[in-house]
Amino acid sequence: MNRSPAAPLPRVSGGAARSAHGPNLGDRAWSGLLGLLGGAVLLIVGVVVLALVHVARPALKAGAGTFVSSSDWDPVSGSFGALPFIYGTVVTSVVAILVAVPISVGLALFLQEMGPRKLRPVVSFGIETLAAIPSVIYGLWGLFVLVPALRDHLEPFLGRTLGFLPVFRGAPIGLGYLAAGLILAVMILPTIASVTTEVLKTVPASLKEGALALGATRWEAIRMAILPYSRAGILGATLLGLGRALGETMAVTMVIGNSPTISPSLFAAGYSLPAVIANEFAEATGDVHTGALAGLALVLFGVSLILNSAARLLVRMVASGPSRAVAS
Amino acid sequence: MRSLLLRRIRNHLMTALCGLGVLLALAPLASLLWLVVSRGLPGLSLSFFTALPTPVGEPGGGVGNAVVGTGMLVSLACLLGLPLGVGAGVFLAERGDGLFGRTVRFTAEVFSGVPSIVVGIVAYGLVVVPMHHFSALAGALALALLMVPTLSRSTEELVRLVPGSLREASLALGVPQWKTSLRIVLRTARGGIVTAALLAVARAAGETAPLLFTTLNNQYWNLRPDQPTASLTVQIFNYAISPYEDWHQKAWSAALVLLLVVGGLNLLARIAMRNSLGSHR
Amino acid sequence: MKKLLAAVLLLGAAASARAGDLLITGAGATFPFPLYSRWFSDYNKLHPALKFNYQSIGSGGGIKQITEGTVDFGASDAPMTDAELAKAPGIQHIPTVLGAVVVTYNAPVKDLKLTGETLSRVFLGKIAKWNDPAIARDNPGVRLPDQAIAVVHRSDGSGTTAIFTDYLAKVSPEWKAGPGAGKSVRWPVGLGAKGNEGVTGMVKQTPGAVGYVELAYANQNHLEMASLKNRDGHFVKPSIQSTSEAAAGVRMPADYRVSITDAAGRNAYPIASFTYLLVHRDTRDAAKGTALVQFLSWAVHQGQAAAAPLDYAPLPKKVVEQVTATIKTLTVQGKHVSLASQH
Repeated sequence: MNRSPAAPLPRVSGGAARSAHGPNLGDRAWSGLLGLLGGAVLLIVGVVVLALVHVARPALKAGAGTFVSSSDWDPVSGSFGALPFIYGTVVTSVVAILVAVPISVGLALFLQEMGPRKLRPVVSFGIETLAAIPSVIYGLWGLFVLVPALRDHLEPFLGRTLGFLPVFRGAPIGLGYLAAGLILAVMILPTIASVTTEVLKTVPASLKEGALALGATRWEAIRMAILPYSRAGILGATLLGLGRALGETMAVTMVIGNSPTISPSLFAAGYSLPAVIANEFAEATGDVHTGALAGLALVLFGVSLILNSAARLLVRMVASGPSRAVAS
Repeated sequence: MRSLLLRRIRNHLMTALCGLGVLLALAPLASLLWLVVSRGLPGLSLSFFTALPTPVGEPGGGVGNAVVGTGMLVSLACLLGLPLGVGAGVFLAERGDGLFGRTVRFTAEVFSGVPSIVVGIVAYGLVVVPMHHFSALAGALALALLMVPTLSRSTEELVRLVPGSLREASLALGVPQWKTSLRIVLRTARGGIVTAALLAVARAAGETAPLLFTTLNNQYWNLRPDQPTASLTVQIFNYAISPYEDWHQKAWSAALVLLLVVGGLNLLARIAMRNSLGSHR
Repeated sequence: MKKLLAAVLLLGAAASARAGDLLITGAGATFPFPLYSRWFSDYNKLHPALKFNYQSIGSGGGIKQITEGTVDFGASDAPMTDAELAKAPGIQHIPTVLGAVVVTYNAPVKDLKLTGETLSRVFLGKIAKWNDPAIARDNPGVRLPDQAIAVVHRSDGSGTTAIFTDYLAKVSPEWKAGPGAGKSVRWPVGLGAKGNEGVTGMVKQTPGAVGYVELAYANQNHLEMASLKNRDGHFVKPSIQSTSEAAAGVRMPADYRVSITDAAGRNAYPIASFTYLLVHRDTRDAAKGTALVQFLSWAVHQGQAAAAPLDYAPLPKKVVEQVTATIKTLTVQGKHVSLASQH
């Protein structure tokens, strides 16, 4: 993952103007060109935001208040409440996080602290492959492998054993929140696992060695020295994963059931923000419908920016050294 | 105080649980790869790459146009996105330590997590509506927008790997900064930049969501950037949700093709990386 | 690398700009897609330089894209509403063929019979099990499984949905007051799937499912179909015959926007509909406009023969005459198109 190098490279100066022989035309032009290219990144983001707001404007005018508070999504009568999609996005992301974080952290700890070194390249190759698989292929796999497995095995089993909980009630259809959440878990696992591994690498060896020298078992050293040190980084990794889960479109729309309803059961069909955009945008009739979908995109965009910013800051805090790391 | 035995048992238990994490993480990968290969392989033939899709119920046919379409989309996206992404990356590595540079870096980092479907809407608004046409260009623009932030960050990382001593030696010989950047730093980092570009291309080739309402689809060959175009990913999506057995078969085969393309690009990226590191260390 | 790409692009542009090749893009209904893809494929064989690129994205999408001018023609099973037409002046509906929306299901029941009332209550979520007393009443003597019903509906704006809900609103006051009729309604229950393809696929994949699709989709995938009780009180199986019966008594208005659901007639299937291509009355692009008008003429005459084998009912004779007259009024840059030289 992205990580600032430990020591910045020596740089002679920020600009060419300070050169001993006076202003150098070539250096100035080069600096200017690079500055333009860097500025282009800001420009792109600006254009994206403006274009989104432009498409969303009719809906924002028509009633931004009910947009995120109403659960009534009814294009025919022109009411656009986004609550079912927000709910579906949150529920599937939470399921994904609950499943993926323990597995990822376990995997990272095993690779970094416990297991044989020889395993590392093999597993990290596997994780990189997992990250490189296009989302539509995850959807294909979800539709023909995961959904039948859930319908025929896992959901009936959960219903029998944990059916007293409202989240595990209802007919096992396979398609629904649970399927979407599990697919997302697989998809965000590489992100969380690789960032966590990076974070673990930054833990000073002295901390662990100290704990071991005091007679702690390996697990105790992890729990008392390593985990507290890397807590903020793991949280950052989780937020990065969450950001990816929120925006994932194809795999989710293929298995979530696409139903704009809110139900407490994980077996039920639901909907997510990206899925409704994918399904309805090309055919939205009227400016308000199109605008409402662009408004959803704007919500998604805003939330993912916030999550990513927070995640980057947390990860950077840990990577930049023990002085600023959150230790308990 | 707890007994040593208890602590040991606990230690082993947690080790086993963490090891289980490794298995749980790799099990879906194994299942997915096995199914894509085992179900996709029987449908592969030469005509799968050369023929057009057939109407419902007509046997045979392939996804030749979708393979070409994906190729064209990605090439167009590279034309638009590579210069910007690589350029911004060089900026970040060479001039990125000021406030402006930090702003650009943070923006790129944060923007690289933006959902791809959002960018699809942007491309629809910017290209499809004004042009009154679904087009490869609109899809390529979406892919390029997605490419720039990630590419700029990875390019920066790889350019920064160039040893400072090389740069200093050049500057000490009186070579101007711009020549040093171009002739020494970028030439040395070439392998790394190629790696970053290949990874960006692999990512772009696998995108579906931003293409749904930008390139639409096309059941014919198309090489014109201003026309609707087929792509492997959209074709897999359409085949997967259909009710027809032979279309499911084609979805798996197309998925295998896509996986090979993406995997191949990743492999090339690794080789490029290794070569560039090997020759300078 | 960039030079190479540029060269490839140039080469591509040159190759596809071959003299005479014309790509006409259309989008819309999934309902007639099996027939349309056959038509466009056949027509391409007759006129190799003409390529019709038809994408079945749903009727809602067809109407939107023709209104925004991003496609050359649209397609919809639901006639456009007055409000939609107001935004797209100069759009002409051309009925191409008749189809039936069938209630298809994935449950161990042979020859299921349903009244409109029962059907509406299933889709309202009021009937949640296959062995519900209401279903049992419609199917005396049939063993019904104690299995949950999984309702499958469309997730996209759909003419098939419009036809289906138009029927439900006619036979069930509760439905009319609740979800109502339209291309996309607020479904109280169920799974959403994209296109007729998606609904068929989901019903096929999901035990206990019930959904609504065009006859052709159910037939080609060997899915069970329910008989529905029609206006005259008879249970009728969906078929080409019973679809034609539903259109027998139709009084076609000049703009072709008509509903034939819940039609009278002993053997009339109650959820039938015309499906339409949406074209501009006057096309500005001469080459595309001429090709499109000639294709329409071919479709309502020679093309009709392909309908029945694919489970669509051909247009009634009287309607063909009316449509032929309408096609003659279509213009390209203000001029009429000669149809004589064709065929």
